[in-house]
Amino acid sequence: MEVATPMTSASESHGTTGHYTTTGLDNRKVAIWALIGSECMLFASLISTYLIYKGRSLVGPYPHEFWCRATNVTSDGPIAGCAPAELFRPILNIPVTSASTFCLLMSSLFMVLAHNAVVNRDEYRARGGGGIIGSSKLWLFMTALFGTTFLLFQAYEFTSFVHEGLTIRSNLFGSSFFTLTGFHGAHVTAGVIWLCTLLAIDMKRGLRPRDALNVDLAALYWHFVDVVWIAIFTLVYLIQ
Amino acid sequence: MATTAAAIPTAPPAATVGPELYRGGIWSWLSTVDHKRIGVLYLYTSLFFFLWGGIEAGIMRTQLIGPNGKLVSAEVYNQLFTMHGTTMVFLAIMPLSSAFFNFLIPLQIGARDVAFPRLNAFSYWVYLLGGLFISLPIFFNAAPDAGWFGYAPLTTRQYSPGLHIDFWVLGLQIIGISSLAAGFNFLTTIINMRAPGMSLMRMPLFTWNAFVTQFLIILAFPAITIALVFLQFDRFFGTNFYTPAAGGDPLLWQHLFWVIGHHEVYIRSSPAFGLISDIIRTFSRKRIFGYPVMVYATILIGFLGFGVWAHHMFATGLGPIADTVFSLTTMLIAIPTGVKIFNWISTLYGGAIRFTTANMFAIGLVAMFVIGGISGIMHASPPADLQQTDTYFIVAHFHYVLFGGSIMGLFAGVYYYYPKMFGRAMDERLGKIHFWINFIGGNLVFFPMHFSGLLGMPRRIYTYDSGQGWDFFNRLSTIGYYILFLSSIVFMYNFFVSRRRGVIVGNDPWGAPTLEWSIPSPPPEYNFAELPRVTSRYPLWDLKSPELTRHVPHSREGEKALEVDVGGKDVAHTKGGGLTQDRTRNPIEAPMHIEHGWPTAAQLGIPMPTPTVKPLVAAAALTLMVGGMTTKHISMPVFFTVVLSGAVLFVGSLYAWLTMPLEEHH
Repeated sequence: MEVATPMTSASESHGTTGHYTTTGLDNRKVAIWALIGSECMLFASLISTYLIYKGRSLVGPYPHEFWCRATNVTSDGPIAGCAPAELFRPILNIPVTSASTFCLLMSSLFMVLAHNAVVNRDEYRARGGGGIIGSSKLWLFMTALFGTTFLLFQAYEFTSFVHEGLTIRSNLFGSSFFTLTGFHGAHVTAGVIWLCTLLAIDMKRGLRPRDALNVDLAALYWHFVDVVWIAIFTLVYLIQ
Repeated sequence: MATTAAAIPTAPPAATVGPELYRGGIWSWLSTVDHKRIGVLYLYTSLFFFLWGGIEAGIMRTQLIGPNGKLVSAEVYNQLFTMHGTTMVFLAIMPLSSAFFNFLIPLQIGARDVAFPRLNAFSYWVYLLGGLFISLPIFFNAAPDAGWFGYAPLTTRQYSPGLHIDFWVLGLQIIGISSLAAGFNFLTTIINMRAPGMSLMRMPLFTWNAFVTQFLIILAFPAITIALVFLQFDRFFGTNFYTPAAGGDPLLWQHLFWVIGHHEVYIRSSPAFGLISDIIRTFSRKRIFGYPVMVYATILIGFLGFGVWAHHMFATGLGPIADTVFSLTTMLIAIPTGVKIFNWISTLYGGAIRFTTANMFAIGLVAMFVIGGISGIMHASPPADLQQTDTYFIVAHFHYVLFGGSIMGLFAGVYYYYPKMFGRAMDERLGKIHFWINFIGGNLVFFPMHFSGLLGMPRRIYTYDSGQGWDFFNRLSTIGYYILFLSSIVFMYNFFVSRRRGVIVGNDPWGAPTLEWSIPSPPPEYNFAELPRVTSRYPLWDLKSPELTRHVPHSREGEKALEVDVGGKDVAHTKGGGLTQDRTRNPIEAPMHIEHGWPTAAQLGIPMPTPTVKPLVAAAALTLMVGGMTTKHISMPVFFTVVLSGAVLFVGSLYAWLTMPLEEHH
């Protein structure tokens, strides 16, 4: 047995190398799929609550409509005769969120490249390093960076919404919107911490092909979080 | 096959009688990652909470013994019925099933442990700490008081100020994490850790039921997690999820809650059904009747269970279409359930039945569950439900389902597996006394509730006036409760005395066919010295009683042969009392566990997980983080300090845990 090193040493479960498993898969791989199944139900509950409450807020601000606080009038366009201080613009800013969505989608691509670099490390090394494409450190860093960018976009989005008058207490839209996207943001944060941990291990001793499973698990989780965002972006932002 | 008898031993004979598995001081229990020891921890803890919930019920029943009872105030009564429900559901029955999941799943599928031994320890500690968090406030008159289903908006800050509901929301959140973690663990274990040859359709029915239960847990619990998060946000941060004044839907909570709340019924009853399927089979000396159909019925119940939750909400006026659909799916679910009943009866039919305590409880389950099932069909019909809802008729129904359908089965499981857990059997004579007092007491508590309910007595009232025809039935129920409580004392006495004085048993005291009975009682820490290779559903019968399995399944001829061949033998066998006879029948096997020590894992070169307290530390940090939210009542700075330090501690202990190798190689 080699000297124990973080995250990969002996084995986290009884199912890693050297142990018989029924399916031949590592236990952790099975468990992460079970976790993802469970998380689907978690986000399904959140998203359906958002959709059920869509259009049921008694007061604004609203996601896609203008709202005049003084008269409680809602409209698709600017409301005539409403004092500027009383007028609330549509909250959701689709161009900005499209940019953050793009970042998150790109991070999934980098995740694939990071996994590829770890799996094929030996091959790249035999060919003299593999250059950029063979650098798992670079791709892990890029994934974490783009994930962090997404989170910064979300922080910007949240603060600007609050400035525009929408808080988690304002109305049903505020409550369900912040809870749903906040839960997703928390998942992205956990993913970024996971990626940074992998990156730290890679810096410390280098990830080798036998570590591929660790990267694979993080990747599955990361792609899942990404897929959930596609659902949220479509259902919450794009559909009016 | 497993190899215990043959592979013997280098280790010197053990000096004293007693199960080696449980040796060790308190530290060895705090740091254990052995699924068998964790199973025993679950067993003790859940029996403790079972007693606790039972005492809560006793105070309520004493209050209701006659009209205008004055024992407790309305406020205390509210806390009692809330905590009775919460305790029995989340802290007694589910974890008692977990005790069996822990102890049995790896043994039944031929594995050395669960997939994630340390996560398993984590689940247990979270359950214990969360259970105490939600239970202890009752001593400070601060226990949750809005019913175990905690309907919002009743539970929002406006209508339930104070700490009561905070304890409930946060406590359930903590316990939910325990159930989910255990769910992932057992699911992975069953999918991935089966011994060679143990195909899905060779798994014992207990494991099958456990398998389906884990699916229900991981798919249904997220709904309550979210429902509780909404409630928590409403209470702590002023969101509007359940505030009708802001347009919030008062039915949102009910929908989210019953998606999980109704699954709870199957989460609690499936393990008991699994246990009695195995027990009835063993004590009938017959293969289970229609094994594949039993499996399909289990899956179908789990599947249909996703489409029936709104039958708890007929009285809210969902409209004719929703009522019709949910009424139909509810009636439909009676079909696979009925299939199970008939399969149990058919298994008994023509069998060489031995009426051991375990078997009596199993058959008692079938009888009592049928009563609960029939009253269930009654209020599956919305017009009938509108008359019965929120009356004692409903209380009678779900106690027949839970007491009759879960607890009887779990008691059967305790009597059946006690020898495997502790190496000694429980006293059969006391066990039968327990059964009869329990059976009579249980029916005396719950059967009269049908009448008091139909006479109009509402649930959850702390007292009532005389002259409404309820007095007599309430008195019967209360007398029944005392009888039931007496039976629990008999059980506890038997349980603890048998730990020291019970009959010492061998590997297979009951003549059962599945893998867990091929190894010593209690098993060595590594379970199987060598992974078994499984060739059929009944590997031990193949070896010891081939006449029981040699025929093609379902062939009429096979059943006849069985009756003749084995019936005679086993009837004779019963006369002297199952257990001791069994020992003489297998003279070589029986005394083994006292005469020889077992080779240790190190001697056999089997890598075992290293004991560690890190899961306990992580569980404590999690409880601090979630439970610490109650400090918001003190001040915001305290709130942030406590919650953040809990979070930091939790993440830190996770890192410490994950960077530590699971096992040291010998």
